[in-house]
Amino acid sequence: MIEASAALAIAQRDFTKLFRDRMRIVTDVVVPVFVFGLLGGMLNFAFGRALGYDFLIFVLTGVFAQSLWQSAAMGMVFLLEDRENDFSQEIFVSPISRYTIVLGKILGESLVAMPQGIAALVFLVLVGLRPSLEQLLALAGATVVICLSGGTFGLLVLGWLPNRRVATQIFGFVMLPQYFLAGVFNPVKDLPAWLDAVARIAPMRYAVDLARNVFYAGRPEAAETVLNPVSTDALVTVAMIVVFLIAGTFLFVRAERNR
Amino acid sequence: MGTIIEVDGLTKRYKGASTNAVDAISFRVEAGAFFALLGPNGAGKTTTISMLTTTLAPSAGAARVAGHDLVREAPAVRREVGIIFQKPSLDQNLTGEENVRLHALLYGLYPWRPSYGLMPPAYRGALEGMAGLLGIGEDIFKPVRTYSGGMKRKLEIVRALLHRPKVLFLDEPTAGLDVPTRRTLWDHLAKVRRESSTTVFLTTHYIEEAESADSICIIDRGKIVSLGTPDAVKARLIQHYVDVDAADRTALREDLQRLGLRYVEGRHVRVDLDGMSTHALLKSIDVPLTYVQTHMPSLEDAYLEIVSRADG
Repeated sequence: MIEASAALAIAQRDFTKLFRDRMRIVTDVVVPVFVFGLLGGMLNFAFGRALGYDFLIFVLTGVFAQSLWQSAAMGMVFLLEDRENDFSQEIFVSPISRYTIVLGKILGESLVAMPQGIAALVFLVLVGLRPSLEQLLALAGATVVICLSGGTFGLLVLGWLPNRRVATQIFGFVMLPQYFLAGVFNPVKDLPAWLDAVARIAPMRYAVDLARNVFYAGRPEAAETVLNPVSTDALVTVAMIVVFLIAGTFLFVRAERNR
Repeated sequence: MGTIIEVDGLTKRYKGASTNAVDAISFRVEAGAFFALLGPNGAGKTTTISMLTTTLAPSAGAARVAGHDLVREAPAVRREVGIIFQKPSLDQNLTGEENVRLHALLYGLYPWRPSYGLMPPAYRGALEGMAGLLGIGEDIFKPVRTYSGGMKRKLEIVRALLHRPKVLFLDEPTAGLDVPTRRTLWDHLAKVRRESSTTVFLTTHYIEEAESADSICIIDRGKIVSLGTPDAVKARLIQHYVDVDAADRTALREDLQRLGLRYVEGRHVRVDLDGMSTHALLKSIDVPLTYVQTHMPSLEDAYLEIVSRADG
């Protein structure tokens, strides 16, 4: 109970901060959806007919998962910001478990990512997608898994990095290739063997495919747009969450204490 | 009362460093005592506090705080200590109350509630009482970024004492504060000590703040230079002497030799008291004196003596 309260308090702090930073809401929510919506629209105009399905919806379903996953991952950088402006001392000197601190942070950054996901979803409805109630419920579950996956991945990367400046550079490097390996904007069904092997180890790929599994459930385009069965995406993602959480917490706490 | 902090050979060497930041220090602090750790910049004071509050892992040695081992029982240690860090560790984007509420929830004092109004009356009462006592009042609901340095420190004190720690660590808590604010803080901390017997572990640059400590520990370059009560430290570190002179310097010299006292001649004659009182010395000198200058060392003298020795 104490640990749950503490995790909720840490998460609430991040969410509160988001709503006090209007510029961050604009840059986090409006910009990516607008840019990717524009990009998707243009790609749909260019390739949609050749592919045989609505490419804008394909891109936006990818953007939905990618924005949640990436926002949760990038949000973990604020752990380093806390370390740099001395706030992390207050949290790390408290008696709660280190896992609680990290889970609270992941939960907080997942909440912070939520407006992006909702904005992408609204955009999808505006362009004609009509998810059923079952799909929306499944999407809520998938959203939790996607955010946890992104947050724990961010934590794992962070454990190796000394400061926020380096983290921002490295995160750009590990995120950009995953846009393409995960198939956010591009179909990745028929990649060459070597590229397919690389794509299969990109964690974002399973988050994006999990979301598309939900969006395209029962639709004829599923055969063209979805890569794996939903059980495979869910299992791989949950396994990654467990491994990333344990290894990431160990690395981050070690870096915090063993200076 | 018993010992509340036991430190044995505690050592810290930072990654890539060629020397120890803290080098095998050992000391004890009695429960309820006011303990001051003094030293120049880079002496190892903050490193020592960071290890004792478990935010930094020691390289060697051991320590127990409130009966709990620093490494093996870190969560139990953290439950028993409060800390005011050298640099304010407040979230500038939150209000003062939100910072305090986060602390209360991290220490498991109350269950999580989404807003101040929904927090238990006990929390609201404790917060309002302490904020009022320190003169923060309604400002507690304003964003921390609008606070002055003194208000931030007051807020940190409210926060650090909320979970009633057995040991309160203060890492240069009054640095940069004006005199009235410093006095308010020390008055409040004295009251806390009187009422709850909280042990206070202080590091400071202000020597006068350490003068009232029960015991002080002076460290330099990671090593303990002196440890004990302020009087004992002064006695050990400062040469007690009296400068005297007489019209008949030869007769004065003979008097001092007869008394077996060591002395050095310069502009005047500096006589080493060597345990003798100034009064007894002056009584035993027969030759009429033309100059007497007593030397009453302060803790600051002792501290400066150590720093100058280390720099030399």
